[in-house]
Amino acid sequence: MNKRLLVLLLMIISSIQFLNVYGVQRFPKPEFESGYMQPETLVPAARAGMLALMDVLVLVAALALVSWLVLKKRSRNLVFLVSVFSLAYFGFYRHGCICSIGALQNVTLAIFDNAYVIPLTAIAFFILPLIFTLFFGRTFCAGVCPFGAIQDLVSFKPLNPGTRLNTVLGLIPYIYLGLAVLYAATGTDFIICRYDPFVGIFRFDASFGMFIFAGTLLISGIFIARPYCRFLCPYGVLLNWISRFSWKHLTITPSVCIQCRLCEDSCPYDAIDMPVTDKNPENRSTTIRKLILICVLVPFFTMLGGYALSRLHETLAGVNGQVRLAKTLLGPLSIEQSESFEITAFKSSGKPVSQVYSEASQVLRQFYIGSWILGCFLGLVFGITLASRMITKYRSDYIPNKGTCFSCTRCVDYCPVKSDTVKSFSP
Amino acid sequence: MEEPENSSKINRRKFLSTGVRASVLIGIGGVAALVAKKAITGQTVWQLDPAKCIQCGRCATNCVLTPSAVKCVHVYAMCGYCDLCGGYFKPETKTLTTAAENQLCPTNAIKRKFIEDPFFEYTIDEPLCIGCGKCVKGCGSFGNGSLQLQVRHNICVNCNQCSIARNCPADAFSRVPLSQPYLLKQIAEEKKSPQSP
Repeated sequence: MNKRLLVLLLMIISSIQFLNVYGVQRFPKPEFESGYMQPETLVPAARAGMLALMDVLVLVAALALVSWLVLKKRSRNLVFLVSVFSLAYFGFYRHGCICSIGALQNVTLAIFDNAYVIPLTAIAFFILPLIFTLFFGRTFCAGVCPFGAIQDLVSFKPLNPGTRLNTVLGLIPYIYLGLAVLYAATGTDFIICRYDPFVGIFRFDASFGMFIFAGTLLISGIFIARPYCRFLCPYGVLLNWISRFSWKHLTITPSVCIQCRLCEDSCPYDAIDMPVTDKNPENRSTTIRKLILICVLVPFFTMLGGYALSRLHETLAGVNGQVRLAKTLLGPLSIEQSESFEITAFKSSGKPVSQVYSEASQVLRQFYIGSWILGCFLGLVFGITLASRMITKYRSDYIPNKGTCFSCTRCVDYCPVKSDTVKSFSP
Repeated sequence: MEEPENSSKINRRKFLSTGVRASVLIGIGGVAALVAKKAITGQTVWQLDPAKCIQCGRCATNCVLTPSAVKCVHVYAMCGYCDLCGGYFKPETKTLTTAAENQLCPTNAIKRKFIEDPFFEYTIDEPLCIGCGKCVKGCGSFGNGSLQLQVRHNICVNCNQCSIARNCPADAFSRVPLSQPYLLKQIAEEKKSPQSP
């Protein structure tokens, strides 16, 4: 009798423990007499993992094809066709996820967060365009990126806003890249995905704000070609740097430049460098004065940027969930009064308040260091941009700027030089 | 390009650019190697943990899809088949009928069917479900908690960053491996039920 009671007691205790973890079994499952069969809870599977491999294969194939079309075939029409395919596949069929621009954040998070597991596809989408750019220029932008493709489709009447404005607006991607890396590294958010204008169009389901943003970009894209690529795209910054050292790159002329100036206005992206002849070189004293100015200004802007942003690190950290929770807990309302979902969730999680504070202060510390680095980086970029505008580079021919050129091959059609040496083309 | 020189002769500019190119390649390779250690060959998908969920209703409004890819899933094995179902009826309901004013679900997505006295079966009409979690809250408060919110992977587009996860107050969303895509309480515990339909 005693033994049975003990067993019963043990069973009750163990069942209580079980209930604590897995819900409350208030009502026992009935025993049906009518022969009722309990239906099965369906758990539909996700898209097969093998199809992700197909995405990578399509990416490699498209990159290789566009690179070949740009460098060997030099055909605008074919590049355009491939870009339409990429828009259809990566954009509308794959709903714009995963893309190389966003994969940047996955890679950043994987570097800084040890707990994060990154899918190999994300690494492939980040790395492959960079490697192709290192060898063949920004052919990814020309015909593989769905963002570039959708903007290319609408650029009917491109106007040039002027080199100076282009340079200033061209600094925005650096800020965007820096913030994206900062927020991804601290595990706060993926801001590139959050403020992705075109993904809502690819899914035919955009929020109102994003729809307005995308509409603005596409309508302004009629006159300012590829506004996202040039003045926002953070991945474009990396491609820009890497493309400058590319092994081969699109050339306007298949053989020799005859200085006919026909291609001068052909580039909608202001990416053709005009000849600067060295007939009247600047005198030595001006050059030295400029050099000294650069040597002073660049470190000055670097430190200024770092200092300025480190002052703002609390503002930057304000969007972090842990920091926000800690702020709410420190706020005027007591935990009992507050009715926000965050507080409700916090209460039900049973976490001590002190842990929230220590986690938040740790995040703030990360943001302090991060904003110093980000500020220095932005200051450095600003200084270098300023310096590069002071330096005169001499060149004799019309050549595409290897950094900003998207390898779209529009200029190629303008070149009157038709050479048989197209096939034996070498850089 | 700009220097139509004899290409076999290596000049300074060429040497520098080759050197930079090689170092960039090494850099890319280094980053790849660094993250490849943490990589998994398979894919990950988003899923929410019902144990953490507080049924705030943001799943219904924050998903990039309309209606949301988060749906209420009924774990029949946990259900008590109650007549007075906390997930089906509003708390103040007087008559236990399927009249619209009695129903907790704003879209009439729960179907109530008589089985035998006094038991009723509740099924979710998933195309109607918006994932608001009202029934989940009711069932969890008054019943067994057999109604649970889950990301339906046949609907979810698997965004790189789930926009519900970003706004989830309980931090219930996480990336889970493709082979174990559901975190249903009972099912996750027992691991007996089939993972595919």
